[in-house]
Parts: sequence; structure tokens; C-alpha cells
Amino acid sequence: MGKKFVAKTGNETMAEAMRQINPDVVAAYPITPATEIVQIFAQFVADGVVNTEFVATESEHSAMSACIGAAAAGARVMTSTSSQGLALMWEMLYIAAGLRLPIVMPEVNRTLSSPINIHCDHSDTMGARDVGWIQIFSENVQEAYDNLIQAVVIAEEAKLPIMVTTDGFIISHGMESMEMIPDKEVTDFIGEYKPAYSVLDVDNPFTVGAIDFTDYYFEHKRAQIEAMSEAKKIIPQVQQRFGERFGRKYAAIEEYRLSDAEVAILVLGSTAGTAKVVIDELREKGHPVGMLKLRVFRPFPFEEIVRALSSVKVLAVLDRSDGVAGIGGPVFSEVRSAMYELDIRPRIVNYVYGLGGRNIDLALIQSVFTDLEKIAKTGKAEKMVSYLGVRE
Amino acid sequence: MENLTEIRWHGRGGQGAKTAALLLADAAMGEGKFVQAFPEYGPERMGAPVQSFNRLSEKPISLHCSVTSPSVVVVLDPSLINTVDVTKGLPEDGALLFNTPLSPEEMREKIGLSGKRIFTVDASSIALKTIGRDIPNTPMLGALAKATGLLDFDRMIHDTRAKLSKKFASRPEVIEGNVKAIETAYDEVKGEE
Repeated sequence: MGKKFVAKTGNETMAEAMRQINPDVVAAYPITPATEIVQIFAQFVADGVVNTEFVATESEHSAMSACIGAAAAGARVMTSTSSQGLALMWEMLYIAAGLRLPIVMPEVNRTLSSPINIHCDHSDTMGARDVGWIQIFSENVQEAYDNLIQAVVIAEEAKLPIMVTTDGFIISHGMESMEMIPDKEVTDFIGEYKPAYSVLDVDNPFTVGAIDFTDYYFEHKRAQIEAMSEAKKIIPQVQQRFGERFGRKYAAIEEYRLSDAEVAILVLGSTAGTAKVVIDELREKGHPVGMLKLRVFRPFPFEEIVRALSSVKVLAVLDRSDGVAGIGGPVFSEVRSAMYELDIRPRIVNYVYGLGGRNIDLALIQSVFTDLEKIAKTGKAEKMVSYLGVRE
Repeated sequence: MENLTEIRWHGRGGQGAKTAALLLADAAMGEGKFVQAFPEYGPERMGAPVQSFNRLSEKPISLHCSVTSPSVVVVLDPSLINTVDVTKGLPEDGALLFNTPLSPEEMREKIGLSGKRIFTVDASSIALKTIGRDIPNTPMLGALAKATGLLDFDRMIHDTRAKLSKKFASRPEVIEGNVKAIETAYDEVKGEE
């Protein structure tokens, strides 16, 4: 192994990235399984290895509020949360986005109560899909680390807040081989933050959070929407700079053995890694199967998705959450809507899996491909939405 | 996946099953392997049966599902055999390593197992003698190295010494105690004839 690997959990990795980023302010409140990120980072603060002003708040709502205040003052700001914590931040998430504050947040995907459960699914961030934050999902510890470092630059260039997610326990508490970037190179890559506005800049006063009724609210919202579209151009630029510098290449989507695939699955997060093993095994037996891994969920890269899946005959979207809307998961609805662009479209079905941390193993993923091949052969899908690995 | 070894650790909450998996991952990575280590999280309480897992490979590991058919099972607390099926998912040529004063033959009779390979080592006694506390996971690493050949013994001793030297610079007896624990378990682990 020519490279210098270390063994770290997802949470340790996120804390190390935060140390290297050395934000001006971190305001946070603990919640399983994200607690360790800020706990380890708080030790860095106590040891004086970072210059961060650490604010221990009494709730996630207050944590996000403090982040918003600090970011409006022109600081580079980070926090971290999960599940109920993200839910409690809700109204402040919209405000951070509306005020165009580039707050960076490692978010550990955990399901929402009730029933109470600490394990992984994507319900928390999927619920926050319309709050105006950029969302990037991570397959493994390495990707989580790389995503978080890129996130600082993306947020500051797009002037939008960003969350980088890891699958709860599977990645957050799973130790894997990963490669860290030297501190100095992270510092150089993220550069110095020069905010466009700062409430502390008394020579250039401006108003934050003013009343904005029927006269201008729509224009300001329209500008925010445009900023999210603009982020579609910024993200690949940052990814390219990162790839050139550190050798690991990323895009909004990752295509895995997809170019000649007849049936494919679309997956987010850690499950993509397991699916790669299934796809390799099936390919060895001559099955034309592939995968699209969706990395950037917000802004939604529908152009890339449509292009990558245009020649697939049958597609299954794997959702690790359900919209509880009677039509399956949120990723399914969005992908299906995007694919309507095509005159000749693949058949698209939905599998909701892994709710509350339910294991998704090789056999379950393989069963999806078996179903898809059957649909390709018969032209008929028995169900539009299926629930994978559940007793019913 | 070729070259992939999956290991399951059984212990009781507070006994160090999670740490054992992390230590093994660290040791294997020192030898240039790609590693994963992860515990099973439930309602954690002292003394409750817990599990942790390892994956080791010469190639990068992308799997993120549970380990359901490990080739090696390590049991840190032999009393678990009354409540947990420690052989679950273990293939016919799989290996079981117990922390127990019993011989492999006695252990086999006690759990009524036919087939598979059984190894035993009195890791608790070794830990008490060398480290001064009943922390069986360090000696179990030595026993695991001998029983499975998964780890290089000399390299492991070197890495353990290097790692502990930083943390316990002022307490050399801790470093030597841990090294001695690994060495003793390596020498004393017993397989079947």
C-alpha cells in the first residue's frame, strides 16, 4: 500500500475534518449517533489545537440560531446533528438558507420517532429536502471526509448552507481504512473565508432578517432558488479542484457499471458499497446490471440522472425512507419525475428498505435485480412500490 | 468477495468486545490490510451480551451490511454459551476461539458441537497475571494470531509496543504487561489434535 491509510470511524473522521477546517464558531447540542463528532471536536477546542469559539447550547434550535448569528457576523461556522435534533432545528434551517449563510453541518442519518429508534434511515434529511440546504450523501468514511472538506468551499461559493450526511452507526460508528489530507493542504484548499457581508463591519451596515412582504419577498426567494441552481455549476468545479489536488474524483452522481446496463438501481449512502459487491457478482455471471449512486441530492442533479439512465430498460429506486404519502419514497418520486423528460423511458419501480436500521444484505439487493430482470422480460411490474426486508 | 475475512466477537457490555474489534482492525491495518470494525448497537448495559465485527481484506472493502456468516468467532466470555448461539452462521471449516481454562475437547463437549474448529486460551488468567486486570481482549489478539494466522505475530508485538509507548510513556509496566499478555496467549492457545 503506497498510500498512508489510517483506521477511523465516520464520526472521528468528521471531527478530524472539523479540526483541519478550524471554523471560527461551532455551536452544537449532542444527539446519538452524531454526539461524538462535536464531543471529539470539543476536546480539540479544550486542547487549544483549534481557534474555534465553541458554544454549548441548550437545544438544537438554539444551536442553529447561534450558528445563524455567528455566520451573519461573517464567521466560518459549523455544527452537527442527527434525527430529532435536525427536526428541532427546522424553522432555523429555513432561515439559515434564506439569509444565504454558508453554515456547514455534518449530519448523521438516523430515523425519526415514533417508534423511538436510534438507527439509520434517511427520514431526517429527506424531511429537510425543501429547506434550501445543499445535501451531499456519503458512501463510506473516506467519502464523508472528502465531502466535508469540499462542503466548506461549496457553501461559501454558493452562499448556501450545506449538510454532509453519513449513515448512522453504519458509517458514523464503523471504523474503516481511510486516507487523511495533511492539515496544511486542507487549509490551502479551503482558503480564507471572506464574507460578502458582515454585521460586524460597521463601515458597511446592512440589514439581516428584515420584514419582506408582498413587495419583495418573491424576488428574494427567486434569488435564493437561483442560487441553488447556480450551485449545480459550483459543485463540479470544487469537486474537480479537489480531484486534481488530492486524486479522488467525485461528481454529483457516480455511475457503477452503468453504461451498458439493462437493469439498474439508484441508491444513496452506504448501501451503494454493498450493492457494488452484488453487481460485481452478477456481472461475472453475465447479467447486465448497474447502479447510479446519487451523491448530491440537493441541488437535485436531474440532468445527469436522465442522461445516465436514458438507455436502461428497468430501474429500481432504493429509498431509505418513505414519504408516508401512499406513493413510496421521496427519491423515487423525484427520479420518476425527472425521467419523464425522456420520450422512451425505463420502467421505474421503488423499493423502500432499511427503515430504523433494518439490515440490507447482499441477498436482498440481489432479489431486487432478480425482480428487475423479470420486469424487463415480461414488461410487467407487479407493484410500483415494494418494501424490502419487512415482515408483512 | 475474495480474500475477505469476517470475524464476530461475542462479549458482555463493558468487557471490551468493541475495543477488541478496533484493536484487531488497527493491527491488521499495520500489516497493510484494508479493515472494517463495527459494533452492534442495542440498548447498551453492563453485562448484557454484545457483539462486534471485523472485516479484513487485501483489497478495499465496500460492504456495509451486517456480518452474518463469519469465518472466525471469538468468545470473550464463556458464560455466553448458555444464552447466545455463538456458532450461528459459522461455516463448517470456521474457527471458534474461546476465552476459557477448558481444553478445546472439553469445550466441544460442553457446547455439544460437532464439526468446525475449536481453540481455547485462558485469556482472563493471562490478563490478570500480565496486566493486573481481567481485560481478555489484548491476550485474545495473540491467541487469534496463532489460531488463524490472520496476523503477523512479530509485527503485532512491534505495533502494540509502539502504540502504547505514546500513551503510557510514564508507565512502562503497562506496555510490557500488554506485550507479555499477547506473547503468553500466543504460546498457550490450544487447538484440537
